[in-house]
Amino acid sequence: MTAFLALLGRDMRLAVRVGGGALMGALFYFTVVAMMPFAIGPDLNLLARIGSAILWLGALLASLLALDRLFATDHDDGSLDLLMMGAMPLELAVAAKAIAHWLTTALPLIVITPVLGLMLNIEMSAMGWVALTLLAGTPALTFIGLIGAALAVTLRRGGLLLAVLVLPLTVPVLIFGVAAANAAIIGPAPFGPPFTILCALSLASFVIGPFAAAAALRQGLE
Amino acid sequence: MAVIDLANPTRFLTLVNRVLPWLAGATALVFAYGLYRVGGAPDDYQQGATVKIMYLHVPGAWLGMMAWGVMTVAALGTLVWRHPLADVAGKAAAPVGAAFTFICLVTGALWGRPMWGTYWVWDARLTSVLVLFLLYLGMLALYWTAEDPNRSARAAAILALVGAVNIPIIKFSVDWWNTLHQPASVVRMGGAAIDASILVPLLIMALAFTLLFFTLHFAAMRNEILRRRVRSMRMMQARGA
Amino acid sequence: MSTDLIELSATDLACERGGRLVFSGLNFAVSAGEALVVTGRNGAGKSTLLRLIAGLLRKSGGRLDLTGGAAGADEATTAEQSHYLGHLDAVKPALSVGENLRFWTTYLGAPRGAPIRPALEAVDLAQLSDLPAAYLSAGQRRRLSIARLVAVPRPLWLLDEPTSALDTQSQDRLAALMRNHRSRGGMIVAAAHGPIGLDDPRELKLGAVT
Repeated sequence: MTAFLALLGRDMRLAVRVGGGALMGALFYFTVVAMMPFAIGPDLNLLARIGSAILWLGALLASLLALDRLFATDHDDGSLDLLMMGAMPLELAVAAKAIAHWLTTALPLIVITPVLGLMLNIEMSAMGWVALTLLAGTPALTFIGLIGAALAVTLRRGGLLLAVLVLPLTVPVLIFGVAAANAAIIGPAPFGPPFTILCALSLASFVIGPFAAAAALRQGLE
Repeated sequence: MAVIDLANPTRFLTLVNRVLPWLAGATALVFAYGLYRVGGAPDDYQQGATVKIMYLHVPGAWLGMMAWGVMTVAALGTLVWRHPLADVAGKAAAPVGAAFTFICLVTGALWGRPMWGTYWVWDARLTSVLVLFLLYLGMLALYWTAEDPNRSARAAAILALVGAVNIPIIKFSVDWWNTLHQPASVVRMGGAAIDASILVPLLIMALAFTLLFFTLHFAAMRNEILRRRVRSMRMMQARGA
Repeated sequence: MSTDLIELSATDLACERGGRLVFSGLNFAVSAGEALVVTGRNGAGKSTLLRLIAGLLRKSGGRLDLTGGAAGADEATTAEQSHYLGHLDAVKPALSVGENLRFWTTYLGAPRGAPIRPALEAVDLAQLSDLPAAYLSAGQRRRLSIARLVAVPRPLWLLDEPTSALDTQSQDRLAALMRNHRSRGGMIVAAAHGPIGLDDPRELKLGAVT
């Protein structure tokens, strides 16, 4: 547990130090969402109708692109070797890194969501619920993306490859996330069922992600 | 004091330390007078007292743009004359400019609520300011990710120049995009000549904002110079061991 | 650390990388207090052997055992009883010198609250503890990396050309640390081209055995 917290703390500290990636995900999210109306047009009624889709797509891209360097930096400076030599199972080490990444990248993104909601003309009363769907769904994105990040580092590739590997896997999260958010904004379908499935997806990926990512890293021991 | 003397960061620091209290005092005085005059300015016959948000909103927009102008000059100083203070000036202007742009956006949203019934509409002017804000955020991100100030200086200077060239194009495109989608549905300010009872307080507030900008900018430059000195001293300490 | 009969032994060890047989039929044994220097031309597999012992590569044949010490007690793997000092220093520039070392000592299993200052003093970096590691020179980073071996007691040190980037003074300091480690029953397996300051090491010449 000590080692787990040490790694969690180190990764969070690295993220908020100069050159770290904290807030960069939120910045990307803000920019992407703010760009959408230029393509769609400033019709507020239309934006309100598709707002949840825009927010979810933005969150999806921001979560995945920010994961690109999760293992690559540790691989490049030799830290990954030492992380494998600790007494703690690699699965837990990988999970610690993912949690730190979620806290520093996805959480700020959720915090600024209400501001973006205003710009997309989403009702204030519904905004909390939309943010809640992101809170429930982004862990799934991080932990699924984790697998891609581990594969990318063993293949010595990153960026677009990661997106190509991982995006299809996030389809269920996108479906139920947008469904729950839409239920909150426009109804009439109930919010509960898609939201519950979204939580289930996050919990499942919380289990599967670290094991698959650790397996991918071990396979990379060539 | 000749301009060439100011090239020396030490001289600059001495000057800033002497000037800064006066500048801050002047800012406070002009702000107080400006707010007093704003209080006496007439309410709009349609919008009532909410029109007074304008006295923060419009100077915020002006200063947001002016700060990019300062960054552009600083960028030329970095790239052409390689002036040691130019990058410091540019780096210090970025967060201050972003803050003024942010004030413009927030006050715009607060003003929009009673005017349009919603906090945000994709009005051409507000949207242009939003894009400017995004440019500022990009600039801050650039400074944030680069650890070595010498390396970030030229990259930031190039981004500032590219931004300066692009801002008019962005403004034009946004206007075109907006009229394409929303023909004259947005309530627009002005149209007729602005009455002196509004214009004079507005100009005083603009002066107060400008003074505030330079106060903050000089303070930020001083901090940046000191930060770089600390950095080089610590590097020397590492070399000594 | 306990000194009772700890031994690292390899029997008929083989390793394959990218379809190429790097070495095979490798036999050696190192016991408490001993040092083994692995030599051989470039590409003979010195680094590969060290990474294999550290558990960072898979062997394609043979046996590799660490017996005695904590190994029998709680089934700690060879990797968990080894320190690996590779070509990369695993130093994060954004963290301070102290933060870097504290993280690795905690992660690699030093007792909670164990002081890191003695280890920093052992590599003469104590006065730079609060500085960002970004300001360190290559040799200083190397020393910070070595401090890890001192801070967390593990019986087996795997050193891949440990003297690279070190000046003579630091090389002497490393030699003293290695001598101290062995006198307390530790083992060292090092890859080197020249002498690295080990007293009467045994030598394993790679490249000749295949």
